[in-house]
Amino acid sequence: MKAPGRHHIVSALVENKAGVLARVAGLFSRRGFNIFSLAVAPTDDERFSRITIVVDVESAPLEQIVRQLDKLVNVVEIAELAPEEATEREMLLVTVQATPAERGNVIQLVGVFEGTIVDVGLDSMTVMLAGPPSKIDDFEMLIRPFGITELQRTGRVALPKLARRAARLRALPSDESDEAG
Amino acid sequence: MKMTGAQALIKSLEMQQVEVIFGLPGGAILPVYDPILDSPIRHILVRHEQGAGHMAEGYAHVTGRPGVAMVTSGPGATNIVTPLADAAMDSIPIVVISGQVATTAIGTDAFQECPITGVTMDITKHNWLITDAQDIPRVIAEAFEVATTGRPGPVLVDLPKDISNAQMDWYWPARSDLDLPGYRPASDGDPRSVLEAAKLILSAERPVIYAGGGILKAHASAELKELAERTGIPVVTTLMARGSFPDSHPLALGMPGMHGNYTAVTAMQRADLLIALGSRFDDRVTGKVGAFAPDAKVIHVDVDPAELGKVRRAEVQIAGDARKVTTELLRSLGALGLAQSGEAVPGSTASERPDIAPWIAQIRKWQEQFPLTYNQEEGGALKPQYVVETLRDMTPDDTIVVAGVGQHQMWASQYWRFDYPNTWVNSGGAGTMGFAVPAAIGAKVGKPDKMVWAIDGDGCFQMTAQELVTASAERIPMKVAILNNAYLGMVRQWQELFYEERYSEVYLSPDLPDYVKWAEAMGAVGIRVENAEEVAPAIEKANGVDDRPVVIDFRTDAFEKVYPMVPSGASNDDIIVGPSEGEGGR
Repeated sequence: MKAPGRHHIVSALVENKAGVLARVAGLFSRRGFNIFSLAVAPTDDERFSRITIVVDVESAPLEQIVRQLDKLVNVVEIAELAPEEATEREMLLVTVQATPAERGNVIQLVGVFEGTIVDVGLDSMTVMLAGPPSKIDDFEMLIRPFGITELQRTGRVALPKLARRAARLRALPSDESDEAG
Repeated sequence: MKMTGAQALIKSLEMQQVEVIFGLPGGAILPVYDPILDSPIRHILVRHEQGAGHMAEGYAHVTGRPGVAMVTSGPGATNIVTPLADAAMDSIPIVVISGQVATTAIGTDAFQECPITGVTMDITKHNWLITDAQDIPRVIAEAFEVATTGRPGPVLVDLPKDISNAQMDWYWPARSDLDLPGYRPASDGDPRSVLEAAKLILSAERPVIYAGGGILKAHASAELKELAERTGIPVVTTLMARGSFPDSHPLALGMPGMHGNYTAVTAMQRADLLIALGSRFDDRVTGKVGAFAPDAKVIHVDVDPAELGKVRRAEVQIAGDARKVTTELLRSLGALGLAQSGEAVPGSTASERPDIAPWIAQIRKWQEQFPLTYNQEEGGALKPQYVVETLRDMTPDDTIVVAGVGQHQMWASQYWRFDYPNTWVNSGGAGTMGFAVPAAIGAKVGKPDKMVWAIDGDGCFQMTAQELVTASAERIPMKVAILNNAYLGMVRQWQELFYEERYSEVYLSPDLPDYVKWAEAMGAVGIRVENAEEVAPAIEKANGVDDRPVVIDFRTDAFEKVYPMVPSGASNDDIIVGPSEGEGGR
């Protein structure tokens, strides 16, 4: 489930109307490009939704797709976010085998990653973890040996990183410490 | 004022100054057909919905106004899919209204149900499914706005039957009431880029203006002419731009591309600057992209930003309307010292401009050395080019010519002399066989005072000929010249040249069907022409008919091929001028 090396994030503000997602997805599918992950939900303004798409595409065709997405009547704004310039977050729900003997080890691992146990059964439990996609990848790798019953990731959402104003940074004791992500 | 959704739809079309609807009724659209009886809008009853779509396109081509077609749900709607795809490729503004099963039945596989908004999503500029009768006026206003502004294109509005029957309160939206927050068509170009373009123009030694269909869509012919005359730069007009710059003009080089003339193709190949105005570097123009115009810098002006850099990187990219940008470009050239007369103001940037006279001289040499040629032997087989030339010479200069797709289309484009905008109607991007007859009907409806000739192939004619019944019934006196070579001629040409004369499924027969009898059965005048001597008298007779359609069955030489030709995928440098060059001799 690791994102491909040169993945791109496309963030589109779209009208919250029927069929919009199909139009957006169609521009990828008609070229045979696979969407790696997709997250869509309304924004603070209920007329609009934000779609975050992660794709593994060369830059040149993607630029063309982004221009064509921008042409869609229902797409209000669109931006391609470079991964290093974006704050990305993702959530994972995983049901993992946790017999009484192993339960403590699972809880310990969840604690290290600052995850949350959201459901407990006789010999399994469901864990929630939110964070940067790389952290989710690491957790997934480490929890796997316990035996995964079911796993679901949300796909990532992203917003551009904020520009740091130089004047404000100089006033701070350490301007390097607040690295988001 | 209370009214039904159906009444609101027709009233909305009236508010958009629609004067004609091409359509065919059926169950789901029935409610809308009732108020048509009380409307001043003319309805033309077609014999097949594909005909309605191409008629709307032909109408839009020649008038510049959106064509309107109306069909029922299911097969009615799927029959108009091809015209929608055609209009999308050639940026033709048409508005298609389709009936849909009741909202309560959608998704149940109801009788004549088809999810047409899904089917047409990728071949319309936008489409709408109306789910509330109160939305009808606003959606119709939005549909016309989207179809006609920016890069024009087809739109579809799907109207369920229960919505047509529902009551609504009439209103007509102001432009600001339209709900199109994501629709921002480009208009004016960025002035800094335009200035940069002007500087490039003044530094070029071998410039060519590469005019595309966008010139016609933007009504920019006058500005194009001024640009060419002020700068002295020659102009190629693509298949979609024929007529945007007069063929009789000394700076006109004619059509470039796969079947373009040698001079137009080679001037682009050798150019050091291509000024692309409303053109999109189509594969039929560029040939092998990597070998296309290798030394040329490119100025690319297009109203659709997604076209910029799509095929060929441009040194200067300008997103904007061709007329507005060309006007701005003329102003910038003036500011750099290039006067209206073409003279440079001493000491200005323009005064340093390289002399392009040697370039023009080279172009003149190519024109003399490689003209379009064919040989009509006395008593020999009738040459299709001879038919086109004779027809051209025997009709008014502003005659509207409509073509289908194939050899006849190329000969028509090559041998006609287009001197007026919007006198050439054809299916360029999609290459839709069967386009000509219905599109010519739509063109004649849009411009009833002009002579309209379809130049068609026998294969194309058989696809949509039944619309001549529509033309006869509605007294639409357009004319059809079938260049009948008894073959799917362009496919035959490729099989001859590239498949070692292994002719597979291309023979049609000159006599089956009997085109004269068929024309007469459809209420048209039918004339047969077997040899060159009969051509002029037949055309004269046809020109004299003004109360019904005419079909002339020209029996032409089946072995004639379209030249010049750049083989598919080859470089434009590998242009084959004619059969004497070895390849393609028989």
